[in-house]
Amino acid sequence: MKKDLGLYIHIPFCVRKCAYCDFLSWKGSEEQREEYVRALEQEILSYKEFGADYQVSTVYFGGGTPSILEGEQIERIMEAICRTFRITGKPEITLEMNPGTALREKLELYKRLGINRLSMGLQSVKNENLKLLGRIHTYEDFLESWRMAREAGFDNISGDLISSLPGQTLEEWKEELEILMETPLEHISVYQLILEKGTEFYEKYGGHEELLPDEETSAEIYLWTGKYLKSRGFEQYEISNYAREGRQSAHNLRYWERKDYLGLGLGAASMIRNMRMTNTRSWDKYMAYCRDPRKIREEVEFLEEPRQMEEFMFLGLRKTRGVSRKEFYRIFGRELDQVYEKTLRKYLDQGLLKESRDRIWLSDQGILVSNQVFADFLFD
Amino acid sequence: MSAIDQSKIRNFCIIAHIDHGKSTLADRIIERTGLLTEREMQSQVLDNMDLERERGITIKSQAVRTVYKAKDGQEYIFNLIDTPGHVDFNYEVSRSLAACDGAILVVDAAQGIEAQTLANVYLALDHDLDVFPVINKIDLPSAEPDRVINEIEDVIGIEAQDAPQISAKTGLNIDEVLEQIVKKVPAPGGSPENPLQALIFDSVYDSYRGVIVFCRIMEGRVKKGTKIRMMATGAVEEVVEVGYFGAGQLIPCEELSAGMVGYITASIKNVKDTRVGDTITDQENPCAQPLPGYKKVNPMVFCGVYPADGAKYEDLRDALEKLQLNDASLFFEPETSIALGFGFRCGFLGLLHLEIIQERLEREYNLDLVTTAPGVVYKVHKTNGEVMDLTNPSNLPDPSEIDYMEEPMVKAEIMVTTDYIGPIMELCQERRGQYQGMEYMETTRALLHYHLPLNEIIYDFFDALKSRSRGYASFDYEMLGYEQSDLVKLDILVNKEEVDALSFIVFAGSAYDRGRKMCEKLKEEIPRQLFEIPIQAAVGSKIIARETVKALRKDVLAKCYGGDISRKRKLLEKQKEGKKRMRQIGNVEIPQKAFMSVLKLDDK
Repeated sequence: MKKDLGLYIHIPFCVRKCAYCDFLSWKGSEEQREEYVRALEQEILSYKEFGADYQVSTVYFGGGTPSILEGEQIERIMEAICRTFRITGKPEITLEMNPGTALREKLELYKRLGINRLSMGLQSVKNENLKLLGRIHTYEDFLESWRMAREAGFDNISGDLISSLPGQTLEEWKEELEILMETPLEHISVYQLILEKGTEFYEKYGGHEELLPDEETSAEIYLWTGKYLKSRGFEQYEISNYAREGRQSAHNLRYWERKDYLGLGLGAASMIRNMRMTNTRSWDKYMAYCRDPRKIREEVEFLEEPRQMEEFMFLGLRKTRGVSRKEFYRIFGRELDQVYEKTLRKYLDQGLLKESRDRIWLSDQGILVSNQVFADFLFD
Repeated sequence: MSAIDQSKIRNFCIIAHIDHGKSTLADRIIERTGLLTEREMQSQVLDNMDLERERGITIKSQAVRTVYKAKDGQEYIFNLIDTPGHVDFNYEVSRSLAACDGAILVVDAAQGIEAQTLANVYLALDHDLDVFPVINKIDLPSAEPDRVINEIEDVIGIEAQDAPQISAKTGLNIDEVLEQIVKKVPAPGGSPENPLQALIFDSVYDSYRGVIVFCRIMEGRVKKGTKIRMMATGAVEEVVEVGYFGAGQLIPCEELSAGMVGYITASIKNVKDTRVGDTITDQENPCAQPLPGYKKVNPMVFCGVYPADGAKYEDLRDALEKLQLNDASLFFEPETSIALGFGFRCGFLGLLHLEIIQERLEREYNLDLVTTAPGVVYKVHKTNGEVMDLTNPSNLPDPSEIDYMEEPMVKAEIMVTTDYIGPIMELCQERRGQYQGMEYMETTRALLHYHLPLNEIIYDFFDALKSRSRGYASFDYEMLGYEQSDLVKLDILVNKEEVDALSFIVFAGSAYDRGRKMCEKLKEEIPRQLFEIPIQAAVGSKIIARETVKALRKDVLAKCYGGDISRKRKLLEKQKEGKKRMRQIGNVEIPQKAFMSVLKLDDK
């Protein structure tokens, strides 16, 4: 039987760099974009032999802003994928897009190519926030994109929001979510603003954390989000993800469940059979060696069993349903409770972890301090 | 080498306040007398240790011998003995002075006389040295040589009109200094025919030769084969080699005789046998009496020293043993702390000595250390009549067994410009000082006399003094003995658990204030954890202060990293690494530097 695989396709271009963004992305010229798509096609095709052992059930176009590419370019990438990999009957194929970058024809083309899920980078429903974040679009652009996507036949649309913006209060955040509810969505991701080095925001707010919502406000915003979205039919399934029934992102879950995925394109990360690797972030290197994936891979690391166990815990516990003792035993042949006896006891006692006979998961309070808990699942 | 004419020997030292240019002048003298060419001259030859050079202070005594051809056409042998410049090493200073016949007093032409200058001059005069002044740094724009000359005459009462006005830095008028050494420092007395009587003013350990004893021959002679005896320690050894000091090297010679300064090696294994101040005599033909002034120096300041990594305990022991080979005043014994594990209780001459040892352990032996708050030695008089020396607060007996306690006192002299007399008196008062009197040196400067408890000055008194006088006050002290005092042990409880390594002894009247500050400080130092942590200060069973480290509310990575799990892992690993550097007390993780926080309680 063929093994299951997910594909991540990185498109490193965007119309303009946002003030908070530290991802590998920049504007790029038309020529550069075309050059990149060609190289990407080569990279994908070079996996022909490897691809024979797998069948692909999820594809994710991320960025950057994939929708900045011409429709025809996305088409060529999809073609390369189909020539290289066998795709299962009902795949989940997601494309990230920014409001204002995809017109009707593009959306209709996406639909024809088999893309069946859109992830819209809305970030905020308030135009002053969008401006602060350095976004190129307005809330009205989002409404327009959403309407066109629905008309093109997309019935699985996700919206991304960023919370804990400078000066944000819980009340303001409540308003945002209430406005968001006016537009029917199937899935919502809420990220909390993190100041990352090298971004405009870091320059502006680094060392001035008093301008950002304090820890207590952020915690309230976080907890309230879960409660409110639940009341509106969105179940939280991961630290930052909420979905209507049956609309969880299969590709995202793959990361937390440690299923194999292959990253394609500049700087894309892969995990194949406990081997983690990341493609080069160097444009020249990528262009030169796109036909020979071994030469563009950097940071290749095979995860020994203890590392696998650690990941099993700190990734699995990101999901609200947590981890399964049975599954741990099935994979590692050891009892989870023995391997992590002290850590589990400590956090169960503190009420940060909860358990049933099989499963262990983070409580709401546990999620709030999850980094502390996760760090304890690393071995000495 | 032909016999040396005793009348042509000049044994002298340079005394000065810190930064007044002692070592620079020493360099110039060595350079001018031709011992080293300028090219060979590394700045400040006498300060050997890296640490000494960095800190600009002399830690160990050093000596050097040079030859000077004077204007009278005669050649003179100069033995320059460099003395430590810090109050922690006062005893070493006094022994170095005892090895000299004269002293050059260096005074900064801009700063004038400072407290340490006075202390050192008095020490030199006590040893009957002829002291002559030199005015240094006259090239500075702010130099006021005439004022300083008058000050020297008025305050110290020594002739200063013909004091050379020099710049040790540029070399200006150094020749005048050399001529005055010849004229004003008396030739050494003593006779080579008398029984051997030599003063040890320092000793160093050398892994090839054993201990090298630095000494001044007062009477008699010593050479290879002489059986010598250290009169205080009783150690007897046969001399392997004698010699004198070149620049940075030892030069062997036939014999050392009365009036000379040099070294002796005798395959002595430990500096403990060659205490500074002890008298060396000839076992076969001993002198009637040892030289006066020997005392065994006792450590004044104690603290716990622990390896940050418990596995390095043996390494720490080795390092301490090696340092002790060279430093008889360093004391250590094993101790155990509930909070810190296995370590050592170490005794030092003072806080500077402590810092130096700590730095050397970390630098030269590559050890990562956790040190507890330094404390002084208290005398505990128990109800059963016993008296114990308390060096570790954890060993304080139950209050019901204590009759009364005593603490060490110092006699302090503080020199300050009159503008700052108020703030400085206030500071001394806060530190439980007893005012003894005040003298005006000139219209603008005064000398304050106080008796102060040692434990009030060991941490940060010097810094406080500087900050409250904008740098204009200088300070010197000597030990005064013990005085009865109302002392209590202040305990710190973290999450209701007593942390032994944070306990300290404090004056009862200050307990509340210190306890409160300590809790506030610890609140800053202890990172928030997953639960609320009460920090309490207690005297006995009574809680006198409390702070709370609030629980960590939120530490979550709600961010989209795509499949870049390695980046997530790195963040978690960093977090884990941070936790590792902390000490686990019960459920609470305490960073290592928190154990030093008592040091930083004062002077906002």
